[in-house]
Parts: sequence; structure tokens; C-alpha cells
Amino acid sequence: MREGLDHWPFIAASFALGIGGTLGLVAQSWLAMCRAEARRDKSRQK
Amino acid sequence: MHGFANPARFLRLARWLTPLLLVSGLAITGITLVWALLSAPAERLQGDSAKILFVHVPAAWLGMGGWSALAIASLTELVWRHPLAAIGARAVAIPGAFFAALCLATGSLWGRPAWGAWWVWDGRLTSMLVLLFLYLAYIALAEAADRDGGNGRAGQSRIPAIFGLVGAINIPIIHYSVLWWNSLHQPPSIAMGKSAMAPVFLYGLLAASLGFSLIFGGVVLARMRTILANAQTEARLRRKALQEDFGEREDA
Repeated sequence: MREGLDHWPFIAASFALGIGGTLGLVAQSWLAMCRAEARRDKSRQK
Repeated sequence: MHGFANPARFLRLARWLTPLLLVSGLAITGITLVWALLSAPAERLQGDSAKILFVHVPAAWLGMGGWSALAIASLTELVWRHPLAAIGARAVAIPGAFFAALCLATGSLWGRPAWGAWWVWDGRLTSMLVLLFLYLAYIALAEAADRDGGNGRAGQSRIPAIFGLVGAINIPIIHYSVLWWNSLHQPPSIAMGKSAMAPVFLYGLLAASLGFSLIFGGVVLARMRTILANAQTEARLRRKALQEDFGEREDA
């Protein structure tokens, strides 16, 4: 017997994980890169 | 290929390629996912839950593709001593682990309405879980090797590269698991040159995969630039400390 589950909460959770996680990964990687390159440039000037 | 062994040449390329990959990837992925949510039709058997596949399938491909790239970079590091190969392998590990985890999470969310179960211990799901553990082990091993064996410099130890190569055994196991063993998971719907999917799903899936792949490439480049910048800063600070130490001794 098949359950009559509403699919939309599962779809919403999947998209939220996919979009939120990907944006988080991009933001973390980009900010870490900017910080590391700024630190390198600062060490060159010293 | 060896032309890019030079970090300065790599940085010149990565400086404009990183934002280009990230912006185009985010745009393509965003447009495709909005279309999938609002306009993609319900699948005949799976209903609306088939929309989850627009996130799940690219995540699965990138989880597996990430380890394939890590294994190629490890081989390049071991055989040709390519200076950027070790950095590339380390940069792939975290996005690869993220997409493997996303594949497992969205697969579970798809499995509950489709199979009636969040999780089953079958070949495909278990081998994908093993891939996630391999990524986590690689990240820990690379961190430890760079800290203890390489004086804080990425790529001085060969142990993570050997682990990266050995772990590649799991990739064909994941791919063929649905053919080798009885599985709840469906067999591949897309093979070389043929597809069992309706065109509307196929093209949507290809667009989502392209978008997520561009993001993956941009994230890997950003992480490579981070590792390189940290290594350059550490080297400069170490050199400066040595010069100061040498100067003090001469004065004494």
C-alpha cells in the first residue's frame, strides 16, 4: 500500500539544503581566499 | 599542462577565472532550480518528488567527480611532482565532501516519499556513504600531514596522495553497484549517447549539472588560491624570522 505523502516538504527541504549549503560553501571559500590574499599582500609590504 | 606548474602563471589565470566560474555557475544553477520548482512537470511515476533529482543527481556526479579529480591530482603529484597537484587535491576535498553529503541527504529526502524509507543498506547508498567517510579521512590526513610532516606547507607529504589513489577503487563500485547487486536504487537513466529520461527532465538535469559543476570549479580555484596565499605568507614570515635571527647573531 502506498502512503499518500505530500511531496512538497521533501522538495522544499532538498532545495533549501542544496541552495543554502552551496551558497555557504561559496561564501566561505571566497571570504577565506580574500583574507588569505590580503594577509599575503600585507606581509609583502612589511 | 606542465605550463601551469608555475604558481605565478596559475594565479594569473585563476584571478579572472574564479569569479567567472562562480558567477556563471550561480546564475545557471539559480535559473534552473527556479524553473524546476515552478515549471517542471510532475513525473509520471514519481510525481513532484522527481524535482529533488535536480539537486540530487548533480550532487552525486560532483561527489564522485570530485574524488576522480582528487585521484588524478594525487597521481600527478606522485609521478610528476607537479607543485600544484597536491594543492589541487586538498582544494577538491571539502567541496567533494559537501556534494557527497548533499547527495546522501537529498537521496534520503527523495527515498522517503518514493520508497517509504529514509535509508536502506544497499550497495549504492552504502558505497556513497563510504565515499563521504573517505573524503573526511582524506581531509584529516592532509591536515595532519601538512602540520606534522610538511612544516605547515601543503604537499610536502606523499601519504594523502597514496590514500587519494587507493580511495579511487570506490568510484567504479558506486557506479556499478546498481548493476552488480539487487538495489532499491534505479539503474543509470543516462548512459553514453542515450537516455531513458523525458527531454524536459534530461535538459533540466544537464543545465543543473553544468551550473553546479561551474560552482565546484570556482570553489576549487578559490581554495587553491587560499592554500597558495597561506603558503607564500608562511614562507615569507619564516624567511624574515631567519634574517632577523641571523642579524641578531651577527650583532652579538
